[in-house]
Amino acid sequence: MLEIKNLKKSFGSRVILDNVNVTVKDREVLSIVGPSGAGKTTLLRCITGLEKADSGEFLIDGNPFDPQATDTSESVIGVVFQDFNLFPHLSVFDNIILAPTMVLKQSKKEALEDAKKLLEQLGLVGKGDLYPYQLSGGQKQRVAIARALAMKPKILCYDEPTSALDPNLRKEVEKLILGLKQDGMTQLVVTHDMDFAQNIADDILEVSSLDKLNQGTD
Amino acid sequence: MSISYISEILPSLFQGAGLTLQLFFWTLIGSLPLGLIVSLGLTSKIRPIRWILDLYVWLMRGTPLLLQLIFVFYGLPLIGVVFQRYDAAVFAFILNYGAYFAEIFRGGLQSIDNGQYESASVLRLSYWQTVRKIVIPQVVKIVLPSVGNEVINLVKDSSLVYVIGLGDLLRAGNVATSRDVSLVPLLLVGVIYLLLVGICTYILHKVEQRYSYYK
Repeated sequence: MLEIKNLKKSFGSRVILDNVNVTVKDREVLSIVGPSGAGKTTLLRCITGLEKADSGEFLIDGNPFDPQATDTSESVIGVVFQDFNLFPHLSVFDNIILAPTMVLKQSKKEALEDAKKLLEQLGLVGKGDLYPYQLSGGQKQRVAIARALAMKPKILCYDEPTSALDPNLRKEVEKLILGLKQDGMTQLVVTHDMDFAQNIADDILEVSSLDKLNQGTD
Repeated sequence: MSISYISEILPSLFQGAGLTLQLFFWTLIGSLPLGLIVSLGLTSKIRPIRWILDLYVWLMRGTPLLLQLIFVFYGLPLIGVVFQRYDAAVFAFILNYGAYFAEIFRGGLQSIDNGQYESASVLRLSYWQTVRKIVIPQVVKIVLPSVGNEVINLVKDSSLVYVIGLGDLLRAGNVATSRDVSLVPLLLVGVIYLLLVGICTYILHKVEQRYSYYK
C-alpha cells in the first residue's frame, strides 16, 4: 500500500499542491482526475521523484521511502510516460533489460528471460528485436509498461495513458490496466478522462483546483 | 611533368603526409574526448564551471589557430613551459579542436529530449549510466555530420604547422616547388590532400550508415 500524507509542492510563490493525501491500496487501481492545470501531473512527478516535494510523507507498506533515492535496491515506483519516452537507439529487448542489468545487476540472460515473459504477458511476442520507431503507439506503450515492470516496482504509475493514442485504443488500455490488476499489480493512473477513470479505477481522487483535494469515497 | 620527376619527389611528399596524418590522428584522439567532457561541463548546472569553459571556448574560437600555435611554441617557454615542435603542434590542435567539438556536442546534448533523462531517472540509472548508455549513443548520431566537417577541416588545417617549422605535407611540397621552380609538387600535394579527405569522407559515411539503424 502506498500512502502519501500532507504533500506540499510549490513553484516559487505559486502553491500547486497543498495538504494532499493519497492512498493506493494493494492490487487496486487509483485514478487521479481533474482538469488540466490542477496539479495532477505535478502530483505524479512528486510521487515518482521527478520533482522534489516541499514537504510530505511517503510510505510504502507503512515504511517511509524517498521517491528521489536512487541507491535503494528495491524499486517502489514504475512509470509509464505520456509519450512513453522509449530509448530510440535501443531495441525493445534492450529498452527492457537496460535498467535491470545496470541497476539491479541482473545477468543479461536472466534479464532477457524476464523480458521475454513480459513481452508474452503484454502481447508483444516477436517484437523484441524491433526498434521503437517500428512500433505503433499502442505497442510503444506496452513496451514502456514492460520496461517499467522489469524493475519489479511495487506500484505502476501512468501519466495520461490514453492521450497519445488513437481514441479507439482507449478500450485496449482499459483491458491492459485491468489485466495487470488481475495479475496483482497496484496501479496509479493520472488522466483527464473521467469515463476512462471510472472504467478502470477502484478509487478516484479528484484534483479540482488549488488546495481543494478530496479523496473520493471508498 | 615526367614520371621520373614525380617518383623523385614523392618520397619527401609522403614523408610530409606521414606527419600530417600523425598530427591528424593524435588531434582526434585528444580533442574528441576533451570536447565531450567540456560539452558536459558547458551544459552543467554549476555556473563557475560554465564560465571557465565559456572562456576557454571563446579563446580557442576567437583567435586564429595559427596564432595559438605560435603562442604555444614561442610564448609558453617564456613562462617555463617548453614543448618540442611536434608536441606543441599536437597540444595546440587538441585545445583548438576540443573547443569546436565541445560546441558541436553541446548542440547534440541539448537536442536530447528531457523525457530521455526522466525515463532514465525513474529507472534509477545513475548520471554516468545515463550519459554512457542513453545520451552519448544518441548524441553521436546527431553530431556525426558536423563532426565530419571538422574532421575534414583538420586534414587541411594541419598545414598550419609550417609556422613552427614542422615538415608536413604542404611544406614538403613548398620546399620542392621553390627548389625546382615547378608547380608539379604542389599539384601532387593537392592530389594527396584530396585522397586523404576522400578516405575520411568514405569512413564518415560508413559510420553514419552504421548509426542509421534507428530513426
